[in-house]
Amino acid sequence: MSTAGLMHRRDFLKVSAAAGGGLLISLYLPEVTVGQAKGAKKVFAPNPFLRIGSDDSVTIIVGKSEMGQGVYTSMPMLVADELEADWPKVKVEQSPVDAAYNHTVFGMMITGGSTSVASEWERQRKAGAMARVMLIAAAAQTWKVDPQSCRAERGYVIHQPSDRRLSFGALANTAASIPPPTEVPLKDPSQFKLIGKPTRRLDTPPKLNGSAQFGLDAKVPGMLTAVIARPPVFGAKPAQIKDEKAKAVPGVKAVIPVPAGVAVVANGFWPAKLGRDALEIEWNEGANAGISTAALREQFAALAKTPGLAARKEGDARQALQNAAKKIEAVYEVPYLAHATMEPLNCLVDLRSDRCEIWTGTQLQTVDRAAAAKVAGLAPEQVQIHTTLLGGGFGRRANPSSDFIVEAVEVAKAARAPVKVVWTREDDIRGGWYRPMWYDRFAAGLDAYGNPVAWTHTIVGQSIMAGTLFEAFIKNGIDASSVEGAAELPYAIPNILVDLHSPKVGVPVQWWRSVGHSHTGFVVESFIDELAHVAGKDPYDFRHTLLAKEPRYLGVLWLAANKANWKTPVAKPRARGIAVHYSFDTYVAQVAEVSVADDGTVRVHRIVCAVDCGQVVNPDTVAAQIEGGVIYALTAALKDEITLDRGRVQQRNFHDYPMLRINEAPEIEVHIVPSREKPTGVGEPGVPPTAAAVCNAIFAATGKRIRKLPIRMSEAV
Amino acid sequence: MISFSVNKRRVNLDVDPSTPLLWALRDNLGLTGTKYGCGMAQCGACTVHINGEAVRSCVAPVSRAAGKEVTTIEGLSPDLSHPLQRAWIEVDVPQCGYCQSGQLMSAAVLLREKPNPTDDDIDQALTGNICRCGTYRRIRRAVHRASEIARGVK
Repeated sequence: MSTAGLMHRRDFLKVSAAAGGGLLISLYLPEVTVGQAKGAKKVFAPNPFLRIGSDDSVTIIVGKSEMGQGVYTSMPMLVADELEADWPKVKVEQSPVDAAYNHTVFGMMITGGSTSVASEWERQRKAGAMARVMLIAAAAQTWKVDPQSCRAERGYVIHQPSDRRLSFGALANTAASIPPPTEVPLKDPSQFKLIGKPTRRLDTPPKLNGSAQFGLDAKVPGMLTAVIARPPVFGAKPAQIKDEKAKAVPGVKAVIPVPAGVAVVANGFWPAKLGRDALEIEWNEGANAGISTAALREQFAALAKTPGLAARKEGDARQALQNAAKKIEAVYEVPYLAHATMEPLNCLVDLRSDRCEIWTGTQLQTVDRAAAAKVAGLAPEQVQIHTTLLGGGFGRRANPSSDFIVEAVEVAKAARAPVKVVWTREDDIRGGWYRPMWYDRFAAGLDAYGNPVAWTHTIVGQSIMAGTLFEAFIKNGIDASSVEGAAELPYAIPNILVDLHSPKVGVPVQWWRSVGHSHTGFVVESFIDELAHVAGKDPYDFRHTLLAKEPRYLGVLWLAANKANWKTPVAKPRARGIAVHYSFDTYVAQVAEVSVADDGTVRVHRIVCAVDCGQVVNPDTVAAQIEGGVIYALTAALKDEITLDRGRVQQRNFHDYPMLRINEAPEIEVHIVPSREKPTGVGEPGVPPTAAAVCNAIFAATGKRIRKLPIRMSEAV
Repeated sequence: MISFSVNKRRVNLDVDPSTPLLWALRDNLGLTGTKYGCGMAQCGACTVHINGEAVRSCVAPVSRAAGKEVTTIEGLSPDLSHPLQRAWIEVDVPQCGYCQSGQLMSAAVLLREKPNPTDDDIDQALTGNICRCGTYRRIRRAVHRASEIARGVK
């Protein structure tokens, strides 16, 4: 974008501020204005979310980041359905960073929390409906008829009585002069044409011929590439840097110390990496050099024996536990986990004296822009982020400290050239920002009939929100994301105590697909299964009884059990396990079919999922997201852990931080509960129940309980 | 100077012969459809063909391509007409899409060698290709469908 473009942007921002920043204010996108000045095709752009060209093109501008979850299709579906657009003519465009695209709840540009469809459900439809109303008004004005006698359908406005029709493109110019309506009618769900129907993704074709542009593919003239030597211990600083050998690598242009480490800048990735590997750095390792997983486990275990901050208190759980007929205790543990997005992190920065342009795949544009501006010494409006496709996000590309953006601006600033910083896979696996390691201590009491009367759950693990701009999510010392899925235990148990310890550890942690639920789904649904077995009850029936007042839980539980033939035993050596979990306002139940070989090898054959996510926009995307969530969860359940010794992460790449592969991928069925409730999340809710369903099946198969992930039969109890 | 053909176009590159083919393709030839995922032949995102054979270009030195024919995802078909691409669209396989170039290039060799592959054949051919989004079951369905398309099954 040119400086002139940025000037336009500033004017645009003033206009939008003057207009009050309402939901459907009329404003022009700067790109549109520039295009018209050059005499390009005429357009109708009644709001920031769409523009219609005189050539009948319908471009829908998406303010969300596409990381595989399907927003480049679901957002356009919402707009196009209300607009009555001709779907094959719909094109999608990524928005610039602009307040117009701020999250309706979070007040900044962010894609996360499985909230895109839920939060945009009304706004996108209103954007489409607004344009439809204006196009109909334009047609009615042209024909001198009552707008009420016209309707829009598949890219045309039609006047049935006179059998006349005009295409949206033909009406674009006139529609642009129609005053925007203050209120727009939205369709009754019975009138939806796209919403609720399986719809092919708009971003699929470019992902099949190499033309899709990810951050790693971004390029500007004169661009250099940097690879950073990152500290072996979190927070370590270089004491001495010997860079002669690095500088001797052909193609290496500069060696630049930055807060993230020591950057080697070269005329391509390979020389930059060779140069990075040739650096000789002595590190001042600092306080974190003593961190080890073994010591952390001991520390967490000791904490778990002491009372924490209460996150949920019903009745008197400790007293009820003492009076119970039977007492069951268990300790569960899960490790640190890396997101391991397929596309390693990267960020291209072109920094000039008066502006900064950034190309990267990010989930957190507003925060990133502010952070980049601060480092660049510019105002946020002088920084533009071109959001590329994300080669996976899973939360990693929404870093509250904008780590991978800030360091790239620092390198570009020192290099005085456009620079793309590229992370190697090793940088990614060892670079921190992990799903926290958790230690969970449970005790429960059953009465003489096997009914649970007491439940205590002590959670130990780092706070993700502490020290970030999301600190508001911490209330009375409790980070909501640490206890989500545990504090809102849905089972009818009269005495409940859930408490929390949030030790500070020098390992950076971050949200990882399904955040706190990624661990609470496993531990809560495993321990409730333990209670069912001690009570001598069928795990499905046990849950069903305790969820009698939770119809949506019961709905998915029944659907999954029914589709998996729960009541008919599966042929040995297979066994089944069940789990149900509510996260991101969505209910998911899963039944896993598993077998365990004599040598302890666990094989997951089939996972039957039932999901209630309210009104579905694209059922095929819902299925894909649940399928993907299951695989993501299985990888964690069966394979992965990040461990530390002497402050050093012990894993490096996919050989020791392995991913589930095609030969290990189970059959996955996804069944959706029909619903007209408001839409809820689907990107993350597939993850939480999976490990529990699998481990509950392992118990059914072997009588052995897995209480620590990743699953190792040698550690089963 | 190393000479080879890429997608039927002759190229002459003046690079260190030990440079991985992946980076020669991406940084020197601007063919960014081939992806970097691990740098140690663990994930398959960088899969290309050298003389029709699937190769992990992140560990293959560019010198290995000398005098040979390299095909990348950009050369699979000019217009998304390859049966695999058509099947991938029908089944709507990709999520983030980053690994799919490699998946397709591995699958293309499989289909050429085994026009009607079994599930086991697919597992064997594609076990080296990681998909973090978890599209595996769709990949399997799409390979079967591509086989049908190639054999003229509607």
